[in-house]
Amino acid sequence: MTLALIPLLPLLGALIPSLFRSRNLNALSAGAIAGISMLLLLLQAPAVFNGEMPLASWSWIPAIGLNFAFRVSGFGFMFAFLILGIGLLIVLYARFYISADDPMGRFYSYLLLFMGSMLGIVLSENIMLLMMFWELTSISSFLLIGFWSYRTDAREGARQALVITGGGGLAMIAGFLLLGHIVGSFELTTILAAKEIIHAHHLYPITLILILLGAFTKSAQFPFQFWLPHAMAAPTPVSAYLHSATMVKAGVFLLALLFPVLSGSSLWFYIVTPVGLITFMFAAYMAMFKDDLKGLLAYSTVSHLGLITLLLGLGSPLAAFTAVFHILNHATFKAGLFMLAGIIDHETGTRDMKRLSGLWKYMPITGTLTMIGSASMAGVPLFNGFLSKEMFLAETLEPNLFGAFSWIVPLGATLAAIFAVAYSIRMVHDVFFKEPFTNLPKKPHEPPHGMRLPAEILMTLCVLVGLFPMTLAAPMVNMAAGSILGAATPDYHIAIWHGLNMALAMSVIALAGGAVFYLQRLRLFDSHRWCMRYCDGKATFEALIRGLVQGGRTLTGLMENGSLQRYIALLVGAVFVLGASPFFGSSVPFIGPLAMSSVDPVTLIMGLVLIVCTVATVVNHRNRILSIIMLGSVGLIVSLSFIRFSAPDLALTQISVEVVTIILLMMALHLLPRTTPVESSSVRRGRDIGLSVLAGGGAAALMLAVLSRPYDTIAGYFLENSKPGGGGTNVVNVILVDFRGFDTLGEITVLVIAGLVIYAMLHNFELTAPGIDALGRPWVQDRFPMILAQITRPLMPLALLFAAYIFLRGHNEPGGGFIAGLIVASVLILQYISSGIVWTRPRLTVDNHIIMAWGLVIAVLTGVGSWVIGYPFLTTSFTYLTWPLVGKFEVASAIAFDLGVFLAVVGSVMLILVKLGSMNSKDAEIVSASVQKAKEKKEGAH
Amino acid sequence: MNHLIVAPLLLPLLMGAIIVLAVNRSMALHRTLGLISSLLVTLITGALLYQAATGPIQMYVLGDWSPPFGIIMVLDRLSAMMIFITSLLAFLCLLYAVKGTDEQGKNFHALFQFQLLGINGAFLTGDIFNLFVFFEIMLLASYGLVLHGGGARRTKAGMHYVMLNLVGSSVFLIGVGILYGLLGSLNMADMAVRLAHAPSDNAALLQAGGLILFGVFALKAALLPLYFWLPNAYGFTSAPVAALFAVMTKVGVYVILRVYTLIFGDHAGVAANVLEPWLLPVALVTLVAGSIGVVASRDLRQTIAYMVVASVGTLLAVIGTFGVDAIAAAIVYLPHTTFMTAAMFLIADMIRQQRLDAGAALTPDRPVGQERLLGLLFLGAAVAIGGLPPLSGFTAKVTMLMGVQSHAAAPWIWSLVLIGGLLGLIALGRAGSVIFWKTIPLDDSGVDAFSKEPHANIPRYSAGYVFPVLILLAISPLLVLFGGPLSDFGYAVAAQISQPVYYIEAVLGSDAVAALMSAGGR
Repeated sequence: MTLALIPLLPLLGALIPSLFRSRNLNALSAGAIAGISMLLLLLQAPAVFNGEMPLASWSWIPAIGLNFAFRVSGFGFMFAFLILGIGLLIVLYARFYISADDPMGRFYSYLLLFMGSMLGIVLSENIMLLMMFWELTSISSFLLIGFWSYRTDAREGARQALVITGGGGLAMIAGFLLLGHIVGSFELTTILAAKEIIHAHHLYPITLILILLGAFTKSAQFPFQFWLPHAMAAPTPVSAYLHSATMVKAGVFLLALLFPVLSGSSLWFYIVTPVGLITFMFAAYMAMFKDDLKGLLAYSTVSHLGLITLLLGLGSPLAAFTAVFHILNHATFKAGLFMLAGIIDHETGTRDMKRLSGLWKYMPITGTLTMIGSASMAGVPLFNGFLSKEMFLAETLEPNLFGAFSWIVPLGATLAAIFAVAYSIRMVHDVFFKEPFTNLPKKPHEPPHGMRLPAEILMTLCVLVGLFPMTLAAPMVNMAAGSILGAATPDYHIAIWHGLNMALAMSVIALAGGAVFYLQRLRLFDSHRWCMRYCDGKATFEALIRGLVQGGRTLTGLMENGSLQRYIALLVGAVFVLGASPFFGSSVPFIGPLAMSSVDPVTLIMGLVLIVCTVATVVNHRNRILSIIMLGSVGLIVSLSFIRFSAPDLALTQISVEVVTIILLMMALHLLPRTTPVESSSVRRGRDIGLSVLAGGGAAALMLAVLSRPYDTIAGYFLENSKPGGGGTNVVNVILVDFRGFDTLGEITVLVIAGLVIYAMLHNFELTAPGIDALGRPWVQDRFPMILAQITRPLMPLALLFAAYIFLRGHNEPGGGFIAGLIVASVLILQYISSGIVWTRPRLTVDNHIIMAWGLVIAVLTGVGSWVIGYPFLTTSFTYLTWPLVGKFEVASAIAFDLGVFLAVVGSVMLILVKLGSMNSKDAEIVSASVQKAKEKKEGAH
Repeated sequence: MNHLIVAPLLLPLLMGAIIVLAVNRSMALHRTLGLISSLLVTLITGALLYQAATGPIQMYVLGDWSPPFGIIMVLDRLSAMMIFITSLLAFLCLLYAVKGTDEQGKNFHALFQFQLLGINGAFLTGDIFNLFVFFEIMLLASYGLVLHGGGARRTKAGMHYVMLNLVGSSVFLIGVGILYGLLGSLNMADMAVRLAHAPSDNAALLQAGGLILFGVFALKAALLPLYFWLPNAYGFTSAPVAALFAVMTKVGVYVILRVYTLIFGDHAGVAANVLEPWLLPVALVTLVAGSIGVVASRDLRQTIAYMVVASVGTLLAVIGTFGVDAIAAAIVYLPHTTFMTAAMFLIADMIRQQRLDAGAALTPDRPVGQERLLGLLFLGAAVAIGGLPPLSGFTAKVTMLMGVQSHAAAPWIWSLVLIGGLLGLIALGRAGSVIFWKTIPLDDSGVDAFSKEPHANIPRYSAGYVFPVLILLAISPLLVLFGGPLSDFGYAVAAQISQPVYYIEAVLGSDAVAALMSAGGR
């Protein structure tokens, strides 16, 4: 468990520094957490140096091969040591660097988050777990780079880093999944032992490419190098940590980690080597021309990462050994140099080398430290950078790398080394020497000692390792390289002096050439200025993103033009295509074997009328009244056709529904504009006609095909069981309230919801019906016709009685709650029509909400009632009672249910109608006043 | 008979009716009733989920008319999971809504309960016509909820939504009509058995019926080219409603999964696997179009709405391979995407309320009032929804990639899912950067004078406001932490629905299974 705690402590404790207000406590808590992790790591040291590999593993999500498993390999130990060691120095440094205006607690929280993720990467045993930490570094670095969020460059840099490294991470997910698939395990121990299986698998190339994509993006290899320099918008402690020692090293860490199993193929060599070489050269070249101190260091970092990648690409054990050594050296001097750049920035107010000069007089200690770091960066003997660079140069001379083109590698390496020397000289000479400075924002002086201490420690290490490599560095490097290479680890003696050989010659050329380049720098600057503008990938990247967004907008705009007509056309078209597709290539006759029934003239005429009315509805849709009348006719013919096919219940229902619907439509019409503009082009009309013919014809054809086929349904069961099981002879009603009573319950709920929705929609809706009709004639201001009123009022009790009759007979004869409800609603509407809302509303004060809600409640409770006698919801029971006068009468529990249906129908229909009817704001005022009066009267009577 | 099965339907129905009865009573009463009902339903569905996960498939026979004659509700692992997700989500959305959204219009709480009824009903029913009824309940209630609060944009978006879905309802009836006319039954298990015996003369017609139904389901699930109503409907409606709707598209996904494994699965004779050639390509194209919409959108709420589209594309692409592992993976992804999308909708709303000029639009404005709080919430939701570790998006995505591994189209699915993820990352990075970082200067006087002050008089959120969002977000790490049991459950669900005999046996008994098997032998 202690093993797992090493990465988990910083992750879980990430929030702790944010809890304090004191800046010292912020730093102290962060340092304490990192310190404990370091102690835990050091506890593992004896075992690791002994050649063991401590493991800790718990099963997590077996389905994706994810185990909570950690290991401390020698290589992992070295990296973890770097991460925590430099991390601790950064904690100290940042305490002085981050100003009081910035939220320091938040900074340390992000830093710990990052530290934990990074430790997770290097200590994971399971590659899916590694992947999780990998992406976590992308997130935490996004937050760190964007720390000064008010700066545009910080925001853009952060986003760029997120997209590039996060995107590479996505490729790596795929690569890891394939790797796990090939090996059959996601445990590194197993994977690292499966080189033959991996290389023999047909998925090896794609796996390799995907994993390399992840590593290259993270380590800023060409062509993804551009995000790193822009990440320099981060506060310097972040740059020193992420962009020298840790995050960007994650890529090369991974390359080295998987080196034993992925390398050794020509594909590996031909991808990794050139990428490393190009990055190495290109970035070194770019670094020479950067005026910004951090920009120079950033490109230098990219260049050194290229060097390491190149080494790994070469593929020999000694190259890998050198790579490990250089990782260690580079981290040491580069972290220190970044800190020094930060100190210079902090104490002078600028990092621009065109403004900085002659600082030696003011900051001699900082200057000395910078010289040590730069010397190491340039590869000057007696400093640690020299050792690994010398070994590197020797490796590039390995013969037959590229056949006849083998000279390219040493040549490129020497050239890049020359650039490196040039920019290293520049960093020292431009900043600390040359003429005295003229316009610095601040008067420079040495920083507080705490801020300089981390750099002092690192630079001391640079010198000591450079002088005594075998004592100080060799054990660690041997152990780390040994854990990667195993038996193949070369027995190598690190030394300053290897005798007069080619590598030494290359080093000398580099040093001399670098000095010459530096002296000629002004001329070089002028001739290469153009490159600065075009070689920066940022502009390309931003343009790509902008293009993506713009392209996306154009595309979505083209598809979604906001036209409902188009969307419906697409729906109808899609359904047509789906429905028609099975018939292509189908050899079975479309029409089934059943014979057609004969056509009688009445049916034929009705059919023709139906078609004419339907067409007329569509054609006249701008003349709304006419259209509604035609629609009414369609409904009536449908009702008639129900009668023709012996379904009186349906006919009754249909007719009542038609009546209510048409009235609703008329009332809605009253509120609509009088005229409808012509909106559709002839092309669209053509499209729509075509589509409707296809879809309508298709539906008709399908119905014909279905109806002409033999037919075996469960309907017979309903006919048989209606009386014995449901207690009613009217099968339609028994189906509605019993067999499929649950559907009916659902449908009355739909009605109630419709009432609620329309009520809610129209509420607070200011609509005033125009006072004129389509031709500009004002409405007649007549009072309500007296004769109509006089007839409809006595009609009301009759109609109610009739409704009661229809309701009660429903179970055995055509009728039922639904129809009865519509009849009651119709007669009530008739009162409104004949006497007006102002007269009617105060006389019907019951809130329609309540009526329909009771309907639902009664229906549900009826259903629940059957639980009492031990049956499922909605089970009906019935019995026969003998009433005086009426005689034997059947009482079914379904009748209570039907009562619920009745109330829901009446309530919802009336709710909608009354709301629509009182939309005219003038009426609405009068109505609400009179309702209020009626209520008061009622209360007064009590 | 286990009456608990119908409780997730009857409770919201009755409570909805009671809230309507209390139409003239105080808002406080409506809120109390609504919350009680939702909480109870959540607890009950939790119990049902436990029953379904550990026990056999259960059936509830309404009206005691044994299948195939009456209507039945069926509780299997899939439906139990769906009603639990729905109910929990609804409860949390309601907790958010009672902070003020519910006062913006009439009848919110009643409509909300009916909406819960509709969604739960669609998940539970074992009868295809009853499914239609629940679709109608869902449609009308959701239409009311979309419109809640009013305004021109909502009204227009709602209009598109309801019109398209009404056309969809007619299409549904045509599809069901064809199938009933040929199979003679509405009970889905019975339809499966009858379909297995259907003569080859009816092959094309039965396939047409099945595919026409897919048209409707695709509209509900929001697949290309039928999703165009969604970005506006979800983007413009009130936040708790949009958050609840995160589960609405999943109804379409669920129905596709149910109908095309149960009725039109391997055993379906002449109409076996009728959807297979269609679903995967359509879903992949939807994923692409949705991801493009994600980067193209100008408003955070629309970004999320397009993420809904993209996630439906992802889900159905994975389901479209019809492999057991793939379906299991989809089951793992489904709760993640539902809850995280919902959380994001709520967070976007909080951002909108604290930025008076820009609202949720992706243009710079002054800083939000509670920068640290909202920033953290947004970061958490973005990490989860963007598929980054350590939250559930990552594990869910990896599960899906592995689930489809053996399918021939795996390279397509892999690359499109991953590229879609990258586009999501780009969009979320931009959105977060614009909203939380790119705050505009206070005045014209100083170029560098960036305002660190939000608007005056913006709402500050109390703990109660944030609570439901926190719960939603907390689900994500839990899904990762218990990823092992979750993937086991996903596999159990997939195993159950890939073998429809379990369902058919639970509904119709072993004779029906024997009949099905005899047909399969032909």
